[in-house]
Amino acid sequence: MENKIPAVSMRGITKTFGSSVIANKDVDLDIYRGEVLSLLGENGSGKTTLMNMLSGIYYPDSGQIMIDGKPVTISSPREAFDYGIGMIHQHFKLVDVFTAAENIVLGLDSEEVPEQAAANESEEALDAEGGRKTKKKKRSKLNLKKASERIRQICDEYGFDVDPKQKIYNMSVSQKQTVEIVKALYRGAEILILDEPTAVLTPQEADKLFAVLRNMREDGKAIVIITHKLHEVESISDRVAILRKGEFIGQLITKETNAQEMTNMMVGREVALNIDRPEPLFSSPRLKIDGLTVRSSDGVLKLDDVSFTANSGEILGIAGISGCGQKELLEAIAGLQPVEKGTIKYIADDGTASDIVGKDPTEISAMGVALSFVPEDRLGMGLVGTMDLADNMMLRSFRKGKSLFTDRKTPRELAEKVVDELEINTESISTPVRKLSGGNVQKVLVGREIASAPTVLLSAYVVRGLDINSSYTIYDLLNQQKQKGVAVVYVGEDLDVLLELCDRIMVLCDGKVSGIVDGRTADKNGIGMMMTSLHQVPEGEEGINRNPERRSRR
Amino acid sequence: MFDIATFISRAIVQSIPLLYGCTGETISEKSGSLNLGIPGVMYVGGISGVIGSFLYEQSTDGELNTFLAIIIPLLACLLGSLLMGLLFSFLTITLRANQNVVGLAMTTFGVGFGNFFGGSLIKLTGSDVPSLALSRTSHCFAKQLPFADDLGWFGKIFFSYGFLAYAGIAVAIITSYILKRTRIGLHIRAIGENPATADAAGININKYKYISVCAGCMIAGLGGLYYVMDYASGVWSNDAFGDRGWLAIALVIFTIWRPNIAIFASMLFGGLYILYLFVPTGGNMAVKELYKMLPYIVTIIVLIITGMRNKRENQPPESLGLPYFREER
Amino acid sequence: MNEKESKSNEMTSVSENKNKTNHENREPLLHITRRSEMEWKKAWLIRLAAILASLIVCAIAVTLATGLDPISVYGSMFDGAFGSSRKTWILGKETALLLCVALALTPAFKMKFWNLGGEGQIMIGALVTAACMICLGNTLPEPVLMIVMFAGAVGAGAIWAGIPAFFKAKWNTNETLFTLMMNYVAIQLVAFFVIVWEVPKGSGKIGIINQSTMAGWIPSIGGEKYLFMILVVVIVTIGMYVYLKYSKHGYEISVVGESRNTARYVGIKVDKVIIRTLLLSGGLCGLTGWLMVSASDHTITTTLAGGRGFLGVMVAWLAQFNPAAMVASSLLLAFMSRGASEISTHFQLNQSFGDIITGIVLFFIIGCEFFINYKVHVRKTGKESEADV
Repeated sequence: MENKIPAVSMRGITKTFGSSVIANKDVDLDIYRGEVLSLLGENGSGKTTLMNMLSGIYYPDSGQIMIDGKPVTISSPREAFDYGIGMIHQHFKLVDVFTAAENIVLGLDSEEVPEQAAANESEEALDAEGGRKTKKKKRSKLNLKKASERIRQICDEYGFDVDPKQKIYNMSVSQKQTVEIVKALYRGAEILILDEPTAVLTPQEADKLFAVLRNMREDGKAIVIITHKLHEVESISDRVAILRKGEFIGQLITKETNAQEMTNMMVGREVALNIDRPEPLFSSPRLKIDGLTVRSSDGVLKLDDVSFTANSGEILGIAGISGCGQKELLEAIAGLQPVEKGTIKYIADDGTASDIVGKDPTEISAMGVALSFVPEDRLGMGLVGTMDLADNMMLRSFRKGKSLFTDRKTPRELAEKVVDELEINTESISTPVRKLSGGNVQKVLVGREIASAPTVLLSAYVVRGLDINSSYTIYDLLNQQKQKGVAVVYVGEDLDVLLELCDRIMVLCDGKVSGIVDGRTADKNGIGMMMTSLHQVPEGEEGINRNPERRSRR
Repeated sequence: MFDIATFISRAIVQSIPLLYGCTGETISEKSGSLNLGIPGVMYVGGISGVIGSFLYEQSTDGELNTFLAIIIPLLACLLGSLLMGLLFSFLTITLRANQNVVGLAMTTFGVGFGNFFGGSLIKLTGSDVPSLALSRTSHCFAKQLPFADDLGWFGKIFFSYGFLAYAGIAVAIITSYILKRTRIGLHIRAIGENPATADAAGININKYKYISVCAGCMIAGLGGLYYVMDYASGVWSNDAFGDRGWLAIALVIFTIWRPNIAIFASMLFGGLYILYLFVPTGGNMAVKELYKMLPYIVTIIVLIITGMRNKRENQPPESLGLPYFREER
Repeated sequence: MNEKESKSNEMTSVSENKNKTNHENREPLLHITRRSEMEWKKAWLIRLAAILASLIVCAIAVTLATGLDPISVYGSMFDGAFGSSRKTWILGKETALLLCVALALTPAFKMKFWNLGGEGQIMIGALVTAACMICLGNTLPEPVLMIVMFAGAVGAGAIWAGIPAFFKAKWNTNETLFTLMMNYVAIQLVAFFVIVWEVPKGSGKIGIINQSTMAGWIPSIGGEKYLFMILVVVIVTIGMYVYLKYSKHGYEISVVGESRNTARYVGIKVDKVIIRTLLLSGGLCGLTGWLMVSASDHTITTTLAGGRGFLGVMVAWLAQFNPAAMVASSLLLAFMSRGASEISTHFQLNQSFGDIITGIVLFFIIGCEFFINYKVHVRKTGKESEADV
């Protein structure tokens, strides 16, 4: 492999945002044809930014990109296509009301097979109609029929299934992803970059995707996968390059390395992922959920007959592939999601149970249920980005009291206290929260939610996007709550963390409970299999308790 | 006596300014720009044409050259509305100002501009009535098809209009085709729906937005020109154009962003607009005022119905009214 | 994730950000970044500069269009606004009315509800006031009449705004056009009643209502006809400031305006807040209509609102929805319109000249917000410099 000329080589790439944030620093990276490269790194390590510079979204501050050994400049996505680079972003870039075919031809000048050439005309003249005229390519009339034919051809070649006439909004996530890949191939992509492609897929879909990627590798394409999941690195890639805090740490041949080595390189120190797990103290049932069924507004079944109990003084983990009903489950408990069937019983200290289904958040708190919720969408749901820390503290408390006016003093004091206790890095409590970094935003949110002395704490992906240090702060906070006797529900995506933090873990699959296991004794493979399928609950495996509450399915 | 042929032909005449305005606004909205300045633009389009033709009529004493009599006001009108379009584009696209606010300010400005120059020209002519007549130019604009009179009611309904009326229908059909079937249309729609996606696909967002807004304004401006030169027989009087600009904007929603539907919808609105003239009210002037409410009430009902039905294709462009700044993705 | 969040802080513009060293020819001239926050002093300085620049442009426009000396034109504008105590009172009245409309619209705008129906809400309030004066003026005792007029006008305005709000809350109906259309329905209603009540028959006008009895007329205070109205608006201003800044309702309005999801998350009933806020907004517009008929004009015409519903949008927006700053912006716009009307009579220009000048000033102020929110770096010179307007 060493004697080959890399399809892409990046040398000394540096990119800063604003004056302070260094996203990439002096990165060297080679990408070869006929190879799958994993780009591994923690959240915020600059993987996506680095690849965005290849796909023309960003432009490096300094450094050089070479394609097939020739120095090039890529200053727009269009030029990236011309060099045969196609990137599938984590958030799909598709127009919902367009058909697959319309999305695929968007931005192109003709339906002809693109010539693979280093088209260097970056200053292409634009004609009056807004078209782009290059020396090589001529604009032609839009011909969706012809485009559809080529799309079918590509699908046949690699084994995709795309209906060119189907509208995007009628598609599942994995179908949308397929459209994105076909779009890249349609544009003649030889170098394919996928940003965390499996995050939204079921394991079966992920396997299918990997099969296609292997297919393309055999076809001589260069493939880059951005990921932070080690098992993916191991199963698909030939080589792995590791980034940390924007810097290139090193690269390994996948076959010759192991998870521990990669983790150490990724995190930068010997990581002992040891999270405290104190024994539950006053454990008694707190929330009893029975037969909960929820449909989304467009009628899709999101939760199907879910039953479980969350106990006080313990952390109940919820595992599952993303989009399996976790969001709906938490929102249903918090009173934000209409429930079709089932009960959610809150059991107070004195043992009285009250059903909170059909109540809105105000009514729930009026019933004396101290419920806190750290939602997945921090700035879109949990906080108001343009308001300052103090005003955000007020979100939960402003209704208190009979006065027509808001009490400004208490939230200010609370804000001071939270900033102080959680070591939030902010200029003052009058700073709008959107200006804070991800970790600090999360601390503000969690700080506010635990300040109201909850008896139930719901949390969704609380450490997503946070660095290791902030993550550990959050774990500590959750443990403190647990020791205070709070029933903590922790929806997570990292199985290792779930296994180390949680007392019990409930596994969701497609809106159904596939099992509840003991966090101390369960193993990762077993949970992984339960995430995939309801009926493959590994029997006889050590430490797996069948869900005790789960009665026979009605 | 309810003369159906007269009613239809008057309704069509009424509909043409609305059709132009609606077609122009549709292009603009499809690219994501909600241009509430259209009423102002139509005023500016009208008065620019008036100024052009006034200057030409003043410089010629005898017979007007038909070609020049048409092309000068036409170009003046297009130029005037183009400048308004550039103003809107510059403020909302380059300077990212709020579209609603800019639109309202443009309407204030445009109406004032029209009335000021209209008023000034009226004063220049030293006329006794508060209006300015450009009948010679209007004669060129309003020339109906030669066989219209020979065909009775049929000719009246189909052939009795000036060329700008037919041009308006043609523009609507062409616009419809461009938006739906061509690459340019695909790109414009993509920008209006999801500019970040269009950007990633290599489409030059700002350029397309400028072009859409300016083309939209120029088309809308023609509506103002048609109104003065043909409908009003070349008579400009201040504020006479009224609220047709707002109705044109409402029509865009009524027609679910499809100019080909707008051809018929504008005729319907045109009919509602003049219905009061044809309904026998027995000399009760007050009731006529109530009939004038009809187009607005129908618009409101349509707004409510479009809001209730949730078909994805019939919704406004998703990023309508929002400025696009690449960094804020 | 982190990349995404850091973006909202401050970062380089992508399209314009090109490598300096390698590709000299591709380097763009301008480079735009979002400002984190500007000192309010500096921001107001920029706005002031924009106003000054717009006045210069207006002066050029005046000279080009009319051949007049701009200094004397501005002089007479000033004269028109402050030239005599009567003129100053009229300016005060105009400012008060404009301010009142702007204040009325503000809570709706803070909630991101585009209430362009101020015009109609004023008209309907005025219509109810006039109706009370005409129909009940001679039957009810004066204090009762006053109360009925006030309540009727406020209620009518509230209903006029409440209808679109209801449909917005329930079915997300486009409120911009709905409120706009409601204007014309209101105007036609007024046109209808003007003919019904016209005096004398066939004139198409109502004329001064209750000229002899002065029933339903707000009495002048200390001999000043407009003082009552100005005092009312002062109270409304203070009230609105407190309401938005310190009340629970005001806080709810801000949360709903920023993010409906967050509002739902903390248990705010979004539908209720929308309807409640618009009832308030429309009610205050109705109050403006009441002031106009009862305290100032004592008659009603279809052009009574005179575009104040739209100008009010400008006043509120220019002041960034801050009631205190709205005093200044409404004064500016009232000054422009009074001054323009003075120059039209003084130099025999058309009345509409004022609209053109107002338009130009507005464009400049709207445009200058860009320089407050964004930073422009000129790359060529190597150092960062900012352009003003």
